[in-house]
Amino acid sequence: MTKSKVKIDPVTLAVLKGRFEQIADEMDVTLFRSAFNPIIAEAHDASHGLYDANSGDTLVQGSSGLPIFVGVMSFAVKAVIKKLEALNQKPQEGDVWIFNDPYDGGTHLSDFRLVKPIFHDGKVFCYLASVGHWHDVGGNVPGNYNPVATECFQEGILIPPVKLFETGIFKQDIADILLANSRLPNSLYGDLNGQINALDLGENRLHSLLNEYGYSLSLNALDALKQRAETMMRNQISNLPNGKYSAEDWLDNDGISDVPLKIALDLTIDNDQMVLDFGRSSKACSGPVNISYSTTVAACYVALKHLFEDVPANAGVLTPIVFKIEKDSILSVKAPKPVGGYTETILRLIDVIFLAMAEISPLKSMACAYGTINALSLSGYRSDGSRWVMFSFFGGGHGAYHGGDGLNHGNAPISTATIPPLEILEAAYPVKFVRWALRPDSGGAGEFRGGLGAIYEIELLEKNATVSLFGERGKFPPRGISGGFSALKNAFTYQEQDGYTDLPLISKGVGVKLKYGERVRLQTPGGGGFGSPFKRPLDQVFSDLEKGYISIQTAINVYRVRMDKDGNIDRKKTIKLRLELEKTLNEKS
Amino acid sequence: MKKADLLVGVDVGGTFTDVFVFDTVKGKFFTTKVPSTVKDQSLGFIEGVEKIVPDFSVILNIVHGSTVGTNALLEKRGAKTGIITTLGFADILEMRRRDRPKTWGLKGDFKPVVERKYRLEVPERGLANGKILEKVCLEKLQDQVKKLLASGRDSICLFFVNSYANNRNEKLAAKKIRELWPNSFVSVSTEILPEMREFERLSTTVLNAYLQPVVSSYLDQLKSRLSLKGFDKEILIVQSNGGTMSLDIAKKYPIRTTLSGPAAGVMAGRSIGIASGFTNIITCDMGGTSFDVSLINNGKVSLASQTSIDFGMVVRTPMIEVTTIGAGGGSIASLDNSGLLKVGPESAGSDPGPVCYGLGNTRPTVTDANLVLGLISCERPIGGKLDSLDIEKSKIAIKEHISDKLKISVEDGAEAILKVANAKMAGAIRLVSIEKGNDPNKFSAMPFGGGGALHTGALIKEVGLRSAIIPRFPGVTSALGCVVADLLYDRVQTVNKLLTDLDSRSLRQEIRTASLELETYITSSNTDILKLEHFYEFDMLYAGQTHTVVVPIDMNDASLDENEIQKSFDKAYLDTYGRLLENIPVKVVNFRVIVVGRRPSFDMSLFAPKDGKTASECILEKREIYANGKTWLVKVYDRLALEVGEKIIGPAILEQSDTTIFLNPGLKAIIDQYGNLIINDIIES
Repeated sequence: MTKSKVKIDPVTLAVLKGRFEQIADEMDVTLFRSAFNPIIAEAHDASHGLYDANSGDTLVQGSSGLPIFVGVMSFAVKAVIKKLEALNQKPQEGDVWIFNDPYDGGTHLSDFRLVKPIFHDGKVFCYLASVGHWHDVGGNVPGNYNPVATECFQEGILIPPVKLFETGIFKQDIADILLANSRLPNSLYGDLNGQINALDLGENRLHSLLNEYGYSLSLNALDALKQRAETMMRNQISNLPNGKYSAEDWLDNDGISDVPLKIALDLTIDNDQMVLDFGRSSKACSGPVNISYSTTVAACYVALKHLFEDVPANAGVLTPIVFKIEKDSILSVKAPKPVGGYTETILRLIDVIFLAMAEISPLKSMACAYGTINALSLSGYRSDGSRWVMFSFFGGGHGAYHGGDGLNHGNAPISTATIPPLEILEAAYPVKFVRWALRPDSGGAGEFRGGLGAIYEIELLEKNATVSLFGERGKFPPRGISGGFSALKNAFTYQEQDGYTDLPLISKGVGVKLKYGERVRLQTPGGGGFGSPFKRPLDQVFSDLEKGYISIQTAINVYRVRMDKDGNIDRKKTIKLRLELEKTLNEKS
Repeated sequence: MKKADLLVGVDVGGTFTDVFVFDTVKGKFFTTKVPSTVKDQSLGFIEGVEKIVPDFSVILNIVHGSTVGTNALLEKRGAKTGIITTLGFADILEMRRRDRPKTWGLKGDFKPVVERKYRLEVPERGLANGKILEKVCLEKLQDQVKKLLASGRDSICLFFVNSYANNRNEKLAAKKIRELWPNSFVSVSTEILPEMREFERLSTTVLNAYLQPVVSSYLDQLKSRLSLKGFDKEILIVQSNGGTMSLDIAKKYPIRTTLSGPAAGVMAGRSIGIASGFTNIITCDMGGTSFDVSLINNGKVSLASQTSIDFGMVVRTPMIEVTTIGAGGGSIASLDNSGLLKVGPESAGSDPGPVCYGLGNTRPTVTDANLVLGLISCERPIGGKLDSLDIEKSKIAIKEHISDKLKISVEDGAEAILKVANAKMAGAIRLVSIEKGNDPNKFSAMPFGGGGALHTGALIKEVGLRSAIIPRFPGVTSALGCVVADLLYDRVQTVNKLLTDLDSRSLRQEIRTASLELETYITSSNTDILKLEHFYEFDMLYAGQTHTVVVPIDMNDASLDENEIQKSFDKAYLDTYGRLLENIPVKVVNFRVIVVGRRPSFDMSLFAPKDGKTASECILEKREIYANGKTWLVKVYDRLALEVGEKIIGPAILEQSDTTIFLNPGLKAIIDQYGNLIINDIIES
């Protein structure tokens, strides 16, 4: 692109930055309010932004959308640009592209993207894009989390980039195909309309901004913002010591065969550049925990933005990062490898980045969060013959960090989703929650304690139901850093005549049958701890004990508290023991 | 006995207690401002009223906007509270809706106002369809309540899962608790908010219980101090929804006072605007750390259904929608690590405050920029807290932190700070207008509080507002709002049925019963009420959606008509989203009843200046200011002395004791017949 050399003053730039961000934010809000399915309306599993007219790079992204989309959306725009090139076509005013191809700028099949070129003075100024997680797009399992899929065809309908609008004319044919392939066409239709509304609104706002500031000045502003984002990121990296730092973590299995899968990172800091080398990670697997290259990059972006909060949502941030991701590894798969469970793999990616960062600078990093989305579905038919599908994600504890305990019952780092109220779930589906509580001892012990996970226990109030779970962390717990302990693992059991049973693959399973009055129990992991547990101040250990956050056994065995005859903390003995422990630890190091 | 004919409005804010007194017989008003007494707000309250009214027995009504509740929540200074809840659900308060404090960073913890050991469970269970599966175990309840009492709890919150659908168990338990509990601080979830969504209902009820002892003792104290002074009439409290309620109801539902102060201000803005022919207004309240805007559309204030006081502290009661951004006079200007200028959200507040206060802050603020540009006076700072401001210190701060690094002059640096701050405020105005589908060109900005009027001129151009209207006494707007606010009670109840499944006869009866009860609150009041008005609303959606639209319902017909309700829904949905969805059934989630007792209206023409002077007679001085990149010699006017109809062309400055108005180059202003200053773009008209 030829960029004119018009210099933009810093004040106008600061003003325009706010204006651009507000446009993206407004698009988010428009969709959240008008969307049909709760995954968008309540859980905000959607995102909007402005993307470079030539490269598709992220220019500005809404602040309220799903964090993981912040990095991945530019790949969607790039996919449209690539398709136009392949067709030897130019973008036309009034075109809107639609697709969900996970291998070409997507994440998983549930996420539908709309991409629209925005023209001003006869030229493309930028692309606007909208992505939202639709409720059901076909496939073997309602809600599309199919833990036993071996091809994407079992996960739902796949749409490559095609035009939904051509020069402003809506192509009903395309909508009809989509509607015919969903179990919940009303919901799909409502969400599609919401995304169109958001793009329309963004376009209107952008035109009034361009009328006010002009095409070139606005373009220069976006260019300057990108350069600034790069500068900010380079400054952050320069503050870290040079060197190579490694971390690895594991996925339980791929849902097909019970073999752990490795996610390994070698992170190199080289002055103002960072290399993220995932070369030692597992090969692509048969089940749906594979992810595409674009998803891997997006997940890295999320992790870095959690570590360096003030870097903007702009492609410039990724310029100083070098990615080494092996083709056909679990982190860069091609069709038709299943990718439906992408959330689990990217959570593990974020964990290894936090763990590597803890090696570089523990004070900057944090322990692992609970690390699994726990997509649980209960479904069946009511006595009147109507179908019901209860599908939800569940929460867990956040990791501890220097200066604070982890948050109890938080949402996953890749999302800002809230959990639906149990009163809404009970009103909509024939279930009764027996327990909705914090899970004692689930937070990793440490000087700063990991946040607590939860216990959800659900009882069936209809004759029959089928249960499926897509979870992780059933075998490998979320880890602590700087001597902090791991959290408790994920645990799912269901009731059969003679008690509670585990799933054969621990954290994943389909086709579990429940009868009236039987229960499932999901116990989610907490977050990892930070620092040695015996350094935790006694008052806080006592307070944790009093609140039931930890058990008496944990207080004695892990926090090294000594009790007197009456069951009260013996401060004198405890302090003595802790001093000895510290001494031994210092001698070792 | 003397005739009581004074109406007194008192707004107690963080810094000042503002008093507005209206003599209903003589048609005169008086205002004053005294420092707020933080420990016991009733002291400053009495002192302020006494400055105007020596004999309290001539007061007809006192209406009060209070921040006692707000502050107790913000500073977590509520009472020791306990919770009784359904077996299996003691952690709902702490688990929230599974959110986190910030999108990015994963840091930050949550401390619930009631710790885990004071949240006790009892066996009981109801379902969403209203069926009671298990009757509440009163023996266990008694044990648990006694445990809470023994642990020194002052107030108690009762919350059962699904009680919104059938509150029989909650009622039984409430009766038992009230027999056992030594005081009246018992908050019951379905008495506070019989609406679906357990966390929101519980959080609102708990915070009510948390506030009750604090707010009650304050109001009792106030009442007894006032009665010692000879006042024995009714005290009304401003609610978050902009209406007033009796003192006794406020003691029962203190959670409804959360936004009392800001709500009073918006109500005043509405009345002032309507009197002067402005029905579309955006009120702007600029304080030390924040800029609060609220939209009045076609004479109606905007209402929100819930807010978060802090992370995880959700309050769900109808309240005037106030959008807050971190840009106030004390907001700090800085360069981020890539060198981009930003203002806020960090703030120096009012203590230590801006650099020019000389109280220890050295980083430049918005007020410092205004001072350096000559827009505010060094010798006559508003508010009366300080005698003078140190402009040299402000210059040094801007030079060191901003202008040297950007390689521009100190004046350009100051103007840059202002531009970025104004852009942020403009963003807030866009948020409440454009985002809600309103054209800013149809709206006028109305600043109140001390700082707003310095910035409104710039905002007219930045956002494309029609005009600005600056009330005659922006500093006491909230106290005036107390005097003009009506009595208002509302109640919500979850229905959660498809429109086609509605039993319209029994629903209508239910709504009538609720409505009659609210009426008695008003008719039992010892206040002048002109008439009662009723409003009925349904919260509705397409089955499958989660966000509702508010649908006004006509209740004058003999029965609720399904087709009429569908039509009203279609209209409301179309207005909100622009397109209807065919063949999808609609659902009624909640009904809401609002009963208003209209109080006598207040004649705003009282504010018209008497014996005003011409503009040229009101010039206090000529001062050099810096604007649009150059120096101007501008006239500084004594605002309150200006006669009706006087015109002033910008750039100019108008001063009065409680605010300073900057008329930017390219703007003009005129005093209207109510004493307001109306600002327009010169080119526009």
